[in-house]
Amino acid sequence: MVTRVLRTGTPATTARQVAGTVVDPELPSLTLADLGVLRDVRIEDGVVVVEITPTYSGCPAMGVMRADLVLALHRAGFAEVDVRTVLAPAWSTDWISADGRRKLAQAGIAPPGPAPRRPVGPVPLDLGPTRRTADCPLCGSADTESLSEFGATACKALRRCRRCGEPFEHVKEI
Amino acid sequence: MHEETVYDALTGTHDDAAHWAFGSGFDDPLAGVDTTVPDGVDAADLGGYCLMLGDDALVLSQRLTEWLTRSPELEEEVAFGNLALDLLGQARLLLARAGSVGFLGRSRERATDTIPHEDALAFFRDPAEFRCSALMAADGGDFARTLVRLLVAATWRLAIFARLTTSRDPVLAAIAGKGIAELRYHRDHAARWVLRLGDGTAESHRRAQDAVDAIWPLTADLCSPTDVETRLRDAGVAVDPREVQEEVREVLTHVLEEATLQVPPWPGPTPPRGRLGQHGPEVAELVGTLQSLARRHPAATW
Repeated sequence: MVTRVLRTGTPATTARQVAGTVVDPELPSLTLADLGVLRDVRIEDGVVVVEITPTYSGCPAMGVMRADLVLALHRAGFAEVDVRTVLAPAWSTDWISADGRRKLAQAGIAPPGPAPRRPVGPVPLDLGPTRRTADCPLCGSADTESLSEFGATACKALRRCRRCGEPFEHVKEI
Repeated sequence: MHEETVYDALTGTHDDAAHWAFGSGFDDPLAGVDTTVPDGVDAADLGGYCLMLGDDALVLSQRLTEWLTRSPELEEEVAFGNLALDLLGQARLLLARAGSVGFLGRSRERATDTIPHEDALAFFRDPAEFRCSALMAADGGDFARTLVRLLVAATWRLAIFARLTTSRDPVLAAIAGKGIAELRYHRDHAARWVLRLGDGTAESHRRAQDAVDAIWPLTADLCSPTDVETRLRDAGVAVDPREVQEEVREVLTHVLEEATLQVPPWPGPTPPRGRLGQHGPEVAELVGTLQSLARRHPAATW
């Protein structure tokens, strides 16, 4: 199986296009680029250098992402690929593209709202019920409630729609 | 070099055909990160400090996983799994950072060559080589004690990490910057539970107060700096834990008062113990469980 990529531009452009097709192992309807995990693709001395950033410190998918990127680029004819981790600045859900948000909603996952501001100095305590809101990705109702602050992956919480009754996942804002 | 499957690509990222059966294997969390030690910083101190923060996360993660299959409700089971995963991720980064500066203790004498540094540190150190504080390693106790400990641990760690974002070690600063959003979520989750328990039924209030009374004295060990922390603080790398004491106290007092719980007196200073590897028997037991399989089959591969 060979991934077909239209070779019209420079090798760097092609490498970027190829890396841009690699999807997230846990959210396969989104590419790593949609998620803001893919930070840079460039060519240094004939080596494709790819920079990715983890969503959460414990993201167990980094190894698979790295392998998927290497595999896709090898298949496209790039012999040498160096996938580097960048830790700073820390990933934010604000980096999920408009396209990525649309794809999340289509997959039945409520996209995140704006990430909380990163405070300078002490991080304010939040004791109230979570103010997070998310529209139901199935019926569109804004009348939804929190089921669980944690979900099947580190990046998601669980909510339920009060109108249609369906539970759904929501990408938490960070 | 054309792999047919992702599995080939995964295995192809190392030269060795076989991978160690336990731990993180093929995935170096600091792959491609510049791990040069900053000028004027002692590598052994930096490694030791990363182990303190890494071991705190590792043992607390292990304590939280003790709840899996035993949690009072499914949502909390999922919560504990997620909290533990975040902490394990922080531990991996910090242990890898310690390994990257060559701070490995006796772990390399016992681990085979193919085992990455972070796994050698996690699985092949003896309990006395662990630098976790007493708070993180204490027995989990009941649900209330688990949540009160998590509240104190996350509040303290958040305050430390917030300051570490300006550390002169850019790797440590990046790890801290990444952990802040996670720890904030942990702290606020624990705080909401402490509110529910303290301001709940007579039984939940009693248990929450017992938990607070048992956990409070353990903060002394957390706030006693070792020589390593003091030296690294002067070098602009680390935080003196006494600097965050007031902020931590304020947050905790606020939560406890809202939860109608009595705030015990803050313990006075004591010489550091956990950071120097002086632990109670609970650490040996925890480490024994964590390492049992790896120690029994140190050369197992897949």
